[in-house]
Amino acid sequence: MSHPTPQQLADQARAALERIGPGCPALKPKERLAIPPQPMPAQDPQSRRRNLREVALGYTPEQARLEALRCWQCKNAACVAGCPVCINIPGFIQAIVEGDFQRSVDIIKEVSLLPAVCGRVCPQEGQCQLTCTVGKALKDVNQAVSIGRLERFVADWEREQGRVQVPPVKPATGRKVAVVGSGPAGITVAADVRREGHAVTIFEAFHKPGGVMVYGIPEFRLPKAIVQKEVETLEQMGVKIHLNFVVGRTRKLLDQLEQDGFDAMFIGVGAGLPKFMNIPGENLVGVFSANEYLTRANLMRAYDFERADTPIFRSTRVAVLGGGNVAMDAARMAVRLGAQEVHLVYRRTEVEMPARVEEVAHAKEEGVIFHILQNAKRILGDAAGRVTGMECLRYELGAPDASGRRRPVEIPGSEFVMDVDTVICAIGNEANPLLRQTTAGLVHNKWGNIVTDENQKTSLDGVYAGGDIVLGAATVILAMGQGRVAAAAINQRLAAQDRPKVPPLEGAENPEISI
Amino acid sequence: MNRILKKTQLSDDVFQLRVAAPLIAAERKPGQFVILQLDSDFGERIPLTIADADAEEGSITLIFQVVGKTTHRLADLHEGDCIVNLLGPLGQPTHIAKFGTVVAVGGGIGVAPLYPITRALRQAGNRIIIIMGARTQRLLILEREMRALADEFILCTDDGSCGRKALVTEPLKELCARVPKPDLVVAIGPPVMMKFCAETTRPFGVPIVVSLNTIMVDGTGMCGGCRVTVGGATRFVCVDGPEFDGHQVDFDNMMQRLSAYKKLEDHAHDQCHLEQEIKRQQEAAS
Repeated sequence: MSHPTPQQLADQARAALERIGPGCPALKPKERLAIPPQPMPAQDPQSRRRNLREVALGYTPEQARLEALRCWQCKNAACVAGCPVCINIPGFIQAIVEGDFQRSVDIIKEVSLLPAVCGRVCPQEGQCQLTCTVGKALKDVNQAVSIGRLERFVADWEREQGRVQVPPVKPATGRKVAVVGSGPAGITVAADVRREGHAVTIFEAFHKPGGVMVYGIPEFRLPKAIVQKEVETLEQMGVKIHLNFVVGRTRKLLDQLEQDGFDAMFIGVGAGLPKFMNIPGENLVGVFSANEYLTRANLMRAYDFERADTPIFRSTRVAVLGGGNVAMDAARMAVRLGAQEVHLVYRRTEVEMPARVEEVAHAKEEGVIFHILQNAKRILGDAAGRVTGMECLRYELGAPDASGRRRPVEIPGSEFVMDVDTVICAIGNEANPLLRQTTAGLVHNKWGNIVTDENQKTSLDGVYAGGDIVLGAATVILAMGQGRVAAAAINQRLAAQDRPKVPPLEGAENPEISI
Repeated sequence: MNRILKKTQLSDDVFQLRVAAPLIAAERKPGQFVILQLDSDFGERIPLTIADADAEEGSITLIFQVVGKTTHRLADLHEGDCIVNLLGPLGQPTHIAKFGTVVAVGGGIGVAPLYPITRALRQAGNRIIIIMGARTQRLLILEREMRALADEFILCTDDGSCGRKALVTEPLKELCARVPKPDLVVAIGPPVMMKFCAETTRPFGVPIVVSLNTIMVDGTGMCGGCRVTVGGATRFVCVDGPEFDGHQVDFDNMMQRLSAYKKLEDHAHDQCHLEQEIKRQQEAAS
């Protein structure tokens, strides 16, 4: 099957639109079902295997309108119930049908702060598109209205038209809020709290803001310029970003709260401690966490062999362990860094893979070889401690486990050796211990995740938390959703404290002034 | 922003920088380290131990050996220049207590992190015996400062250009054989030196703490690139360390991991003195 060019897809969409007629035709549900789902234009797999540019290119306006016309605008809006932040999905889609893209993106932004990001990385087929009535009518979730692609389309349209507005900020209240971490949760809290007129400082440990959107998700899936734009908007709102500052070490969280004049704090540090398999050979040279592999490639730009000082392993045959988005990212990055063979090893089947359907499809198109119902047993090395292979076991599906998924059961005696020089573990993250070790009284559960109430408030007064450090490994949209809840609670708390705040002495309050 | 206040050359390829970093200076404790990067786009993040700090002045002291591209560029900076990105203090501070008699063993550049630890141990009331070693006299650093902390001071060079012509393990073995034997050994230096210090103390049952300097990217637990095998379990140097029980560390695995990018680094770097030293000491040890 040849790969359709963006031009072909655009032409097909234009022709189909002409057949339907101009304006906003009142189509019957049956007519809407007859409109073909619009494929996402994408770079040709053969050429994109060798570049870092974004794979999915985005709908043309014609494609967007055609796809939007597939929506039934059903009254019960099952899609909204599937969205973690309850975006008015039929509303923004109808605005696309009417050609009013600005109104469309405005509707999304009533509740979601990062539509250009979420449109790209949300697992829509497990959320809004899972419950979409059109998908149900066609008995195929993959034929649901492409809500995510439409969200991306209007967000990109707004940015590319230079129409992104800096949200208005209320007059200064004299209150100060610290946000720990500049990922999706932190960015959301910073924007929502700043809007109310409170001073906001984001503390970020890395040398660039953006969190997982910058160090983890590769350029070919989420261009860094989009994250950069979101950060710039925050700065234009007056949010301060303090880089190279690891809360808990550079300054203790409680000192910031008690001595540095912060009235509230939000912890959005992410999960941040990679899990390994606990199998023999895991510390051999050539075994990496996906975090390390992707951070080197993304944040440190190691893919640019000529210019980057940070080295990255030059692999020939790579095995990636895991079936989530991070596993797909690592495998596809290994392809782009020149590996001859990239094998993805997953102990369940493709149905159970947590990765987005589109990422799985893209990985396959790019030549990643999938090994399902297999798992690593041990990693083999040579005398110099470098990886030479990986012994695997085959599995079969047994009875359902606690998650409702059929549990993979190993087949005794099924061992075989996979000839690889690199193994990348993408089996998830645990909670980073740094903050809980250095913050007395911050209650966490047995996995190390911070415990919060329904307003995202932690056990400490004035301290809120959200995102992966609370949820475990989750998604950008869930992190953002928790950020919104936390920001509302923080704003409410600060509004309730109606005593006038005496500004602290100049210089004494702001650690960032002194360095 | 992290301005270099003073730059001193300690030996051929070892430099000392006093850098303005008030927050790090205020919080740091002996045993901790920083991560620095000289270019936000294409620079490498490297860990360096904090040799000293002056909270009042708001400065920290870094001592480093030119071993690769980043340290080479760092050595080219002048007083008044800034280090673009400086993160810290990182890692668990050294456990400082009154142990009794402590032997502090420093090899080469390892004397830099050893100095603040030794000083803190002395302030805690320990009797301090220092063994300092280097390949040759001109590679010795902080000799005067270390002497001032020592109740007993032993100097060794591989070539006999100064002090005893011996590896540090030789006087260490003699000290362990004394009655009463030392209560604790702290050894910091090239991995192979720490490995053989651990082997020297093991038969005597003398506890030994070593400080590991491994490959890191973020330094906050996120990447796991720094992981080492300690007592059969995987530990992260950046959040669990950098100090570990020397008898439990799998040094061979650590040294292999340190050489992960060796080919690429050799290509990028003119010379790597540390590797030469490791090789020399390995030859000497075998």
